[in-house]
Amino acid sequence: MTTRTLAVVSGGLSNPSSTRLLADRLTAATVEALRARGDDATVEVVELRSHARDLADNLVTGFPNGSLRTAVETVSGADALIAVTPIFSASYSGLFKTFFDVLDKDALVGKPVLMGATAGTARHSLALEHAMRPLFAYLRAVAVPTGVFAASEDWAGGSGGDRALADRIQRAAGELAALVTGLGRVGDGRAAGPVDPFADPATSFEELLRGT
Amino acid sequence: MQFGIFSVSDITPDPTSGRAVSEAERVKAMVTIALKAEEVGLDVFATGEHHNPPFIASSPTTMLGYIAARTSTLQLSTATTLITTNDPVKIAEDYAMLQHLADGRVDLMMGRGNTGPVYPWFGQDIRAGIELAVENYALLRRLWREDVVDWEGKFRTPLQGFTATPRPLDGVPPFVWHGSIRSPQIAEQAAYYGDGFFHNHIFWPPEHTQKMIEFYRRRFEHYGHGSADQAIVGLGGQVFMRTNSQDAVREFRPYFDNAPVYGHGPSLEEFSAQTPLTVGSPEQVVERTLGFREYVGDYQRQLFLIDHAGLPLKTVLEQLDLLGEEVVPVLRKEFAALKPAHVPEAPTHASLVAAAGGARDATVHAPADHVTGQAPGQVQEVPSR
Repeated sequence: MTTRTLAVVSGGLSNPSSTRLLADRLTAATVEALRARGDDATVEVVELRSHARDLADNLVTGFPNGSLRTAVETVSGADALIAVTPIFSASYSGLFKTFFDVLDKDALVGKPVLMGATAGTARHSLALEHAMRPLFAYLRAVAVPTGVFAASEDWAGGSGGDRALADRIQRAAGELAALVTGLGRVGDGRAAGPVDPFADPATSFEELLRGT
Repeated sequence: MQFGIFSVSDITPDPTSGRAVSEAERVKAMVTIALKAEEVGLDVFATGEHHNPPFIASSPTTMLGYIAARTSTLQLSTATTLITTNDPVKIAEDYAMLQHLADGRVDLMMGRGNTGPVYPWFGQDIRAGIELAVENYALLRRLWREDVVDWEGKFRTPLQGFTATPRPLDGVPPFVWHGSIRSPQIAEQAAYYGDGFFHNHIFWPPEHTQKMIEFYRRRFEHYGHGSADQAIVGLGGQVFMRTNSQDAVREFRPYFDNAPVYGHGPSLEEFSAQTPLTVGSPEQVVERTLGFREYVGDYQRQLFLIDHAGLPLKTVLEQLDLLGEEVVPVLRKEFAALKPAHVPEAPTHASLVAAAGGARDATVHAPADHVTGQAPGQVQEVPSR
């Protein structure tokens, strides 16, 4: 049995948070889907709210402080990422974006990602597709086809609405589990994650001098 | 081990008074600071090179030449000289001239600059930053080491039969450091030539500095210049001191909170924990600085940044008194006691001359001119009475 690490990034600001609630449901469904495929999972949750000042500091200083570094390393090192943000002003929240701004540009290369978003009304739902998906495409992550959006009404408990959300969660989790267990590495075949800048250089200095 | 200060030459309004000094005041203040550095027993003064406000140090050899005339032991250096946008021909000439004026008390530190827009101001393209650093420096080395240079490269017009004048003092080029905060390619360049590597060691956590220095040391050994622990390492550092550490924190806080680079971000206490910044008593500065060698090994040069963020000249001079009286003498003794014999000191003009087998007059005399038909070397000197 292989143990997969799932990093969960939740951008919710309130407590309790519907963003965190969605993240937890996506996580539980993914763990279940992985188990169905014979894999175990460990889960590491990164609550961005508790790194709000760390993230602002990182923008100013250019480096993550100790507590943020742990979060960055958790996400960079995970086998898969579940990323959930509230939708503010037609896009992911600024806090959510800041976290991905301070990640190494190669941190998510080839990493399977399940996207989720929450908002007060269903009119925000396509922000998942027009804002969040391009972000992960830029970072060369592999986002699963189903993004899961939950508006306030989806939590209302009406059996029809709730069932539809539960179905989407299950479908997205299944897609993520399939990607994690099935494909192995995707992309250009290089190991995912940041390159070690302090490894012996691939290009010799003589080659640099010759301009080759 | 060498101890000194480096200045970025910023004019930042003093956040406690709102007053910004004039360029005239800042230029003269930098000179005063350099002279004071020698007076209190420091070894090195290094000036930055910038070509945009709020900085004033656009012409390092003019300033260093003036300081050279008014000092006698101070080593004059840069932090950094822009190897990307300066013509290497001009660097070769300017710093050889400075060597002669300063009787050899000159070295310099190559860097790529801190702002993208500087490239087009000098006809260059930032996209070629690393390539410029590589090509220009290779040419600079030849200009100092070969009397007549034929050269063709990618970034400047070719040279045919060119002689950079004056030739380096005693036939020995100034020692070169390479400074970079985050580019391993620059550490690689320093290692390739067996030059020094300097990390500014101010803005980032020690773990990052440690990785850069480890990389440089490993590559220095790879290129056969000696063992890794013999590589020539310099570090920056940032301190503010008062006899009573609470006074230091109280006085420096507004300067920290409004500092151009890291202000309005982490607190003074957080940044002090995350980076080498030390605000406190001279004893605390001694203790923290001695700790640097635990993660970079025995090193050759320690420069402190003390004249930034709008600190008044009077305060900066008081910092120099504390460095000279209470910090550097202790560090000098402690570091010397810890350093193994096979780890070299930072090269100086004297040590480089000795390594070259002694001083020689490197003058290249011109060929015969059209007027007298004689070369300068052939002109009969009028005997003095």
